[in-house]
Amino acid sequence: MSDVLVVAEHRRGEIRDVSYEAITAGRELADARDGDLHLAVVSGDVEQFADDLNRKGVDAIHTVANGEEFDHNVYQASVERLLGETDAGAVVIPNSVNGLDYAPAVAEASDLPLVTDAVGFEYDDGMTVTREMYGSKVETTVDVTGDRFVLTVRGGEWAPAEGVGDAAVGAVDVDHPESGARVTGFEEVAGGDVDIADADVLVSVGRGIDEEENLEVVEELADALGATLSASRPIVDNGWLPKNRQVGQSGKVVTPDVYIAVGISGAVQHVAGMKGSDTIVAINTDPNAPIFDIADYGIVGDLFDVVPELVDEFA
Amino acid sequence: MKVLVTVKEVAEPDDDFAIEGTDIAEADLEYDLNEWDDYAVEAAVQLAEAGIADEVVAVTIGPERSEETIRMALAKGADRAVRVWDDAFEAGFADVAAKVTTFEAVVEAEEPDLILGGVQAADTGFGATGVALAERIGFEHAAVVNDLDIDADAGVAQVHRELEGGVEELTDVDLPAVLTVQTGLNEPRYASLRGIRQAQRKEIDATDLADLGLTADDVASALEITSMYEPESESDAEILEGDAGESAARLAEVLRDKGVSA
Ligand SMILES: Cc1cc2nc3c(=O)[nH]c(=O)nc-3n(C[C@H](O)[C@H](O)[C@H](O)COP(=O)(O)OP(=O)(O)OC[C@H]3O[C@@H](n4cnc5c(N)ncnc54)[C@H](O)[C@@H]3O)c2cc1C
Repeated sequence: MSDVLVVAEHRRGEIRDVSYEAITAGRELADARDGDLHLAVVSGDVEQFADDLNRKGVDAIHTVANGEEFDHNVYQASVERLLGETDAGAVVIPNSVNGLDYAPAVAEASDLPLVTDAVGFEYDDGMTVTREMYGSKVETTVDVTGDRFVLTVRGGEWAPAEGVGDAAVGAVDVDHPESGARVTGFEEVAGGDVDIADADVLVSVGRGIDEEENLEVVEELADALGATLSASRPIVDNGWLPKNRQVGQSGKVVTPDVYIAVGISGAVQHVAGMKGSDTIVAINTDPNAPIFDIADYGIVGDLFDVVPELVDEFA
Repeated sequence: MKVLVTVKEVAEPDDDFAIEGTDIAEADLEYDLNEWDDYAVEAAVQLAEAGIADEVVAVTIGPERSEETIRMALAKGADRAVRVWDDAFEAGFADVAAKVTTFEAVVEAEEPDLILGGVQAADTGFGATGVALAERIGFEHAAVVNDLDIDADAGVAQVHRELEGGVEELTDVDLPAVLTVQTGLNEPRYASLRGIRQAQRKEIDATDLADLGLTADDVASALEITSMYEPESESDAEILEGDAGESAARLAEVLRDKGVSA
C-alpha cells in the first residue's frame, strides 16, 4: 500500500504540463513512503503518451487504450482497477478542470480521504498537505487520517519530471460502465478583435473597478501608455469586456514586457495566465493581496486616486 | 422537475486580519453567499421561470447565522430552503465525505431530478463536493459547467464544460445529474425589494443530524487543519511609497525606464 499512482492528463493528442509536474510530486511521495511510482495514462494514443511520460523516477506505466479524449467514467474505472491491482494506496491527480471532474468520484467510490489543490506536502508517519484558503491569503497544513488517500496537485508548484526513464509499460483492459455523460465535441472561445497575447504592454483591470462606467479610468491609462486593455474573469463574466480580453487559466496566457494589474487580487487562476510577464506592476488597496507576491513593483493605494495621477504623468 | 441547489455561506477576511489558532479571527471575517453558488441559484430560478422546474429548493450546511445568506437564495426565487447544522460540525473541519453524507440524507428526503452547486467555495476552495455527491447517490455529473440547456423530454442536460486555455467541452449528461456551475454561466439577478420581503415569509427548514437519521460518527472527518499562517512572501516587490501623486510619479519613472510610452 506504500506505492503511489499518478494519473497523467492529455488533451487533443498532447500531454499537459501538469502531468510531468504530478510525476515529480508522486515521486517525492513514493520516496517518502518507500514505495514505487505507478503511472496511469488513459485514452488516446497511449503508446506514444507512455513514451513521452517515461521519465526518470517512474517505475511502471499502465496504459488504458479505451476512447480518445477524457471521459470521467473511463478515468474513474481505470484508477479503481489499478488501485485494486497494484500496491498503490495514494493517488496523485492534477488539480485541473478534468481532475476535478473525476478525482472526487474516485475518492468517494474507494472510500478514501480527498485533499485537493495541494501546493506542498510532507509525508512522515502520515500525510500533511499544505494548501491555501481564503483566496490565497493564508496557508494551512492539513493532516490526513490513514495511509491511503487521493491528492490533487496544483499546477506550477512542482518542477516537471525530466530525464529518460526505464519504466515497464503494460496495457490494462478496463471495463467501464456505459456512460451517462457523453462528450459530443469541443469549441474554441471566439478570437475577436485583438489578441492580448501579442501586446507588449497590458493594462489589466479587475473587480476593484467596481462598475462598468468606471472602466473609462483604465481605458485612459491604456491610451496614455499605448497599452492594450485586458481583464480578470469577473469583468468578462459581467459582460463589461469580451471574452478574448480575459487573462488566466481559462482565458489567455500572456507574456508582455509590462503587465499592470489594476484592482486584481491575484487568484491562482488569474496568475496562471500572467506570471510569465517580464515586469509585473500591481495597484491594489489591500497590502495582503496575493498579487503583490508576484509583482515587481507595487502601489498600495486606491486605483481611483493613483490611476488618474499616472495618466497625468504621461499626458 | 425538482431542482436542489447546494449553497454555502463563505467567509472573506478583511484587508487586515488576525489568525487565531487554526482560523482567522471571527471579528475579521465577513460572510456572503459563495460567488459560484450565486450562478447555480440563478440557473435554477431560470429553469423554474422557463417552466422546466416545478420547485427549487436551496440546501446548506451552516450555523444559524447562515440563514441570512440562504435568504438571499430565497429572495432570488428559490421556493424554500433546508439548513442542516449540528454540534458535530462545530468540532472541526468537515471533509468532502462528511458533507456528502449530509447532502445524501437531504437528497433522500427531497428526491430532486437535478442538483446544481458552485464549482468551488471561495473560502476553502476544495472544488469537490458536487462530483463526490453524484458518485454517492448514483447521479450522473459534470464539473465546471458554463453553459446549460435542459431537454426535459429527453431527460438530458446539454452542457459546456470550461477547460483550460479557452476551450470548452460539449457534453450530454443524462438526468438525474449533479452539475457544478462556473461563473459566467448567466447573469445572477439582484434580489428585488419584493423578493427580499417575500423571502422573510418563506420556509427555512432547520434540521440537525438526528432529524436526518445520522449521527456525529457519520460525519467524522478524515482531515484536520493543524496550522494556519500567512505565507511568507517570496516576493521582492518594490513598494512605491507616498501619496497617490508621488507613487504614480515613481511608477511613471519605472515604466519609462522599461520603454513604456504612448
Ligand atoms: C476553474 C476556474 C477557472 C478560472 N479562470 C480564471 C481566469 O482565467 N482568469 C481569472 O482572472 N480568474 C479566473 N478564475 C476566477 C478566480 O478564481 C478569481 O475569482 C478572479 O480572478 C478574481 O478576479 P479579481 O482579482 O478581479 O477580483 P477580486 O478577487 O474580487 O479582487 C479585487 C481586488 O481589487 C482590490 N480593490 C478593490 N477596490 C480597489 C480600489 N478602489 N483600488 C485598488 N484596488 C482595489 C481588492 O483589494 C482586491 O484585491 C477562475 C476560477 C475557477 C474556479
